[in-house]
Amino acid sequence: MAYSEKLIDHYENPRNIGSFDKTAEDVGTGLVGAPACGDVMKLQIKVGADGLIEDAKFKTFGCGSAIASSSLVTEWVKGKTIDEAETIKNTDIARHLALPPVKIHCSVLAEDAIKAAIADYRAKVTRKAE
Amino acid sequence: MTAITQIRRNDQPIYLDYQATTPMDPRVLEAMMPYFTHKFGNSGSRSHAYGWEAEEGTEKARAQVAKLIGADEKEVIFTSGATESNNLAIRGVAEFYKDRKNHIITTVTEHKCVLDTCRHLEQQGFEVTYLPVRQDGLLDLDVLRAAITDKTVLVSVMAVNNEIGVIQPLAEIGRICRERKVFFHTDAAQAAGKIPLDVEALNIDLMSISGHKIYGPKGIGALYVRRKPRVRLVPMIVGGGQERGFRSGTLPTPLCVGLGEAAEICMKEMDDEAKRLKKLQERMLNGLRAKLTDIVVNGDLEHRIPGNLNISFAYVEGESLMMGIKNLAVSSGSACTSASLEPSYVLRALGVEEEMAHTSLRIGLGRFTTEHEVDTAVDELVRHVNKLREMSPLWEMAQEGIDIKSIEWAAH
Repeated sequence: MAYSEKLIDHYENPRNIGSFDKTAEDVGTGLVGAPACGDVMKLQIKVGADGLIEDAKFKTFGCGSAIASSSLVTEWVKGKTIDEAETIKNTDIARHLALPPVKIHCSVLAEDAIKAAIADYRAKVTRKAE
Repeated sequence: MTAITQIRRNDQPIYLDYQATTPMDPRVLEAMMPYFTHKFGNSGSRSHAYGWEAEEGTEKARAQVAKLIGADEKEVIFTSGATESNNLAIRGVAEFYKDRKNHIITTVTEHKCVLDTCRHLEQQGFEVTYLPVRQDGLLDLDVLRAAITDKTVLVSVMAVNNEIGVIQPLAEIGRICRERKVFFHTDAAQAAGKIPLDVEALNIDLMSISGHKIYGPKGIGALYVRRKPRVRLVPMIVGGGQERGFRSGTLPTPLCVGLGEAAEICMKEMDDEAKRLKKLQERMLNGLRAKLTDIVVNGDLEHRIPGNLNISFAYVEGESLMMGIKNLAVSSGSACTSASLEPSYVLRALGVEEEMAHTSLRIGLGRFTTEHEVDTAVDELVRHVNKLREMSPLWEMAQEGIDIKSIEWAAH
């Protein structure tokens, strides 16, 4: 399968690999996918006092497209508010990496991972407020 | 032993996919060359020297193939490859004997061309039993015995599996088939030339052989069809009545000669080559095991051709691993390399869990594989497996002692 240069770059030099403490109050964690399907993404955001996502980390079990998709979104979410980050669409990811049709589900998973991380962060904020 | 140690160019990746195909042995090409040029005659032309010369070539080749499997040369017919041989053997027997018997037995780990031929026959009203295999990939003989009925005409079990390299108990299967008066066909595409095969000792009635899996040319294969007791077939390709009427069409002389030469080289060098490959297989596996934990060999390691390894590298998805090891040409049981998005049906049939099937690689070693290539492959694999595990959430969980089976994953 012929992949785009951008995709290969993200696969070979993935940005922001790693983990935050998932119990920290300023961290939101999304874990999506399933090992049996061959794709699992863990995406974490760290939200600053100003409401901006100041850092993001990921770990992914999956094909090269899945790794590249998650690496890309960790770059994209940084510096955004969580509302802005929530608007990232899988089609943007797929277009940017020029994903082949059979790999579109990787971009869907990356979008799901951001949404899950944001939902986790929001749930923590709500719990804290209560 | 072969004098040639390297046939790839230095800018090509290391070839470790010998179950997909093999490079042609230069000695095979040499034998073929005259039949592309001045010995171009039609082996069916009886009236002049061009035809006689071509016939000499095809008949020598037929004898070489026959000798490799302990057959008589009259029992070998040339085909376009193992796919055609498998089609002809299974459909040919089924259709010839359909008035008396209509049941075929095969296994779930056969090559697609056997499974698809059987599906095709099912659609025409034949009954097909697809036997499971054990966790080691081998057929349980009691299961086979129990499946045979008065209506069974044919048992088709591959000699060596193309994904996991395991060798089926051919002698025992042959004995059972002979006792029950059922024909025994074996797809020996991955076995011929690699392990000793004797159609008499093994009671094999039909055997499929491929040229390009044994360092011969692509586009040629053979089907062994027993004469005593006679096996009859309805031909798939009709016309000039070549190949005892089983397979019409002018023989591709250069390809036949290439297959014959390839068979003869395999026969002469089989013992030495098997020993050499066994050492390389052990070197590969020991090298990986010394530096990596959580790797599993799929399929029985003992009843296996030495040129195959199929390994699951837990927590690392197969396609991403293949993307990393760019300098190695291997194949994967992972879904992501195929359009189907389903992991290998062979591994699933062994009971390998889906998540482990996604992490598997097939590594094929062969005649031109060197120790240096194996060592390079081990280094590359170790480096990339470690790199990918560092970025694998599943590896992280495993290190934290979390059982990934305890998590409720949302299948997608």
